[in-house]
Amino acid sequence: MNLDKKIATRQSYGEELAKLGEENKDIVVLDADLSTATKTGIFAEKFPDRFINVGIAEQNLMGIAAGLSTFGKIPYASTFAVFAAGRAYEQIRNSIAYPKLNVKICATHAGITVGEDGATHQMLEDLSLMRALPNMTVMCTSDDIQTRWAIREIANINGPVYLRLCRMATPVIYDVTDKFEIGKGIQIGDGTDASIIATGVTVSEALKAGEILKENGVNVRVIDIHTIKPIDRELIVKCAKETKRIITVEDHNIIGGLGTAVCEVLAEEYPTKVERIGIPDCFGRSGKAEELMKYYKIDSMAIVNKVLN
Amino acid sequence: MKITDITALEKIAVQVRKGIIEEVYSAKSGHPGGSLSCADILTVLYFNQMNIDEKKPDDQNRDRLVLSKGHAAPALYSVLAEKGYFDKELLKTFRKIGSNLQGHPDMNKVPGVDMTTGSLGQGISAAVGMAIASKMNKAGCKIYCILGDGEIEEGQVWEALIAASKNKLDNLCVILDNNNLQIDGEIDKVGGMNNMTEKLLSFGFNVINIDGHNISSIIDAFTTAKQTKGKPTVIIAKTIKGKGVSFMENKAEWHGKAPSEEEYNIAIADLDNAMIVGK
Repeated sequence: MNLDKKIATRQSYGEELAKLGEENKDIVVLDADLSTATKTGIFAEKFPDRFINVGIAEQNLMGIAAGLSTFGKIPYASTFAVFAAGRAYEQIRNSIAYPKLNVKICATHAGITVGEDGATHQMLEDLSLMRALPNMTVMCTSDDIQTRWAIREIANINGPVYLRLCRMATPVIYDVTDKFEIGKGIQIGDGTDASIIATGVTVSEALKAGEILKENGVNVRVIDIHTIKPIDRELIVKCAKETKRIITVEDHNIIGGLGTAVCEVLAEEYPTKVERIGIPDCFGRSGKAEELMKYYKIDSMAIVNKVLN
Repeated sequence: MKITDITALEKIAVQVRKGIIEEVYSAKSGHPGGSLSCADILTVLYFNQMNIDEKKPDDQNRDRLVLSKGHAAPALYSVLAEKGYFDKELLKTFRKIGSNLQGHPDMNKVPGVDMTTGSLGQGISAAVGMAIASKMNKAGCKIYCILGDGEIEEGQVWEALIAASKNKLDNLCVILDNNNLQIDGEIDKVGGMNNMTEKLLSFGFNVINIDGHNISSIIDAFTTAKQTKGKPTVIIAKTIKGKGVSFMENKAEWHGKAPSEEEYNIAIADLDNAMIVGK
């Protein structure tokens, strides 16, 4: 893999969605006045008759998507994660998840890596909120290739999906020939000193950390959990058995997200100490994405330090 | 089969009301007041207006009804049972463990329920989505949505109304069940909602004001709605909360409680009497 090429998962989303729109005429796309940022504008340009801009009205966004799905449409509803999972939480709960409607919520600008906009726009609890909803499949993709796969694959699930995407450009990890499966994590490397379990933007940080650690004689493996729910219990337990330590890392509040999900699995199936890296139960602040990852200690150096200390 | 005889429709509405009372009495809980206020509207929709077939509840080309004021579930269940979607005996299982007749409508549990509702303000957005989808599919379906007048205090309702107007959804007909009472009292005193006609006109709707208990007026309003092109219609139906049951009429306290045995007997007697003398 070559981590030098970078693309934001929101960009991959917009481009692939426009391609998928050509093949699947049931796909309709909704946005709430953020189509240039969420990249649904690419679809809108190509298929104006299948694009609905509801304006700055996220609650209505989710409800309209729900209604469209009852007619056999496959709505992809996009806005920033804080307005999707946060502002419209109860609409997602009662109008989409409970009736198990076929709506794909593709939320961009998740996490601290939103950057300069600051705390109000940095969604740090969406995985926690969405994970707790019955019927909901929850995903958080780590690179361009995986995101493009996910955009297509979720159209094949008949039910609600929450896909967490990011603003910041991140390295391309996978090859176009790589295969993915919903609910199956990906093991990269087979080091036994530690398993670094990551999701989304932190996967490439974990890989960078792995390289640095290798130079220091420490061999880790990286686990990419792109499906937070249903989570790959088998792989997590296997790693706990095979490696000395389990470390989770996420651009999300330390409470309720990937780290919590891993703890739940291990507490039930193979009690193991879990070290969680994430945003330490606080709101974010303004700054460049890379600076914030360093500030909140979720970058590659923070992972290296955690493993070495 | 559409029923056009006014007296026949009035009698069905009385039966629907009896079903509501049976449900709430059996469950020992539920919302009789706002169910009784929209019973005539639902009766006209299911027996006179909507293009539906109770034998094919999932037909993609059917008209849809979204009961945005989902707490009026007893009214919806009663009219669906009356129409033959399921056995009327099931009404007695309302709200009970093991029953499909949930406290608020669940589209996956009850044939004929077109949208899961209950959290106020949400059904109208789904109805807008359905109306857009019907236009995209050139399906020609009419989408009906019943809103409560307390419900429209929810901001989401106005988001949805703007979208309905922007998208020129002339296949959407919203009925505002204007019984003037919410849990804590009169709507203009609790939430401050007023001048609904002016508000809805300014949101780009065709607005029709009617007596929501006059079957002929309800039919006429729906006819006008169907003839109106290029914009959605809202029918402001002036109604009486608890309509048809003497001691429940215009009493906010009957928003969400069940009658005692004595009260149940009076309610059924009131409705039996209405059946004999006409309205």
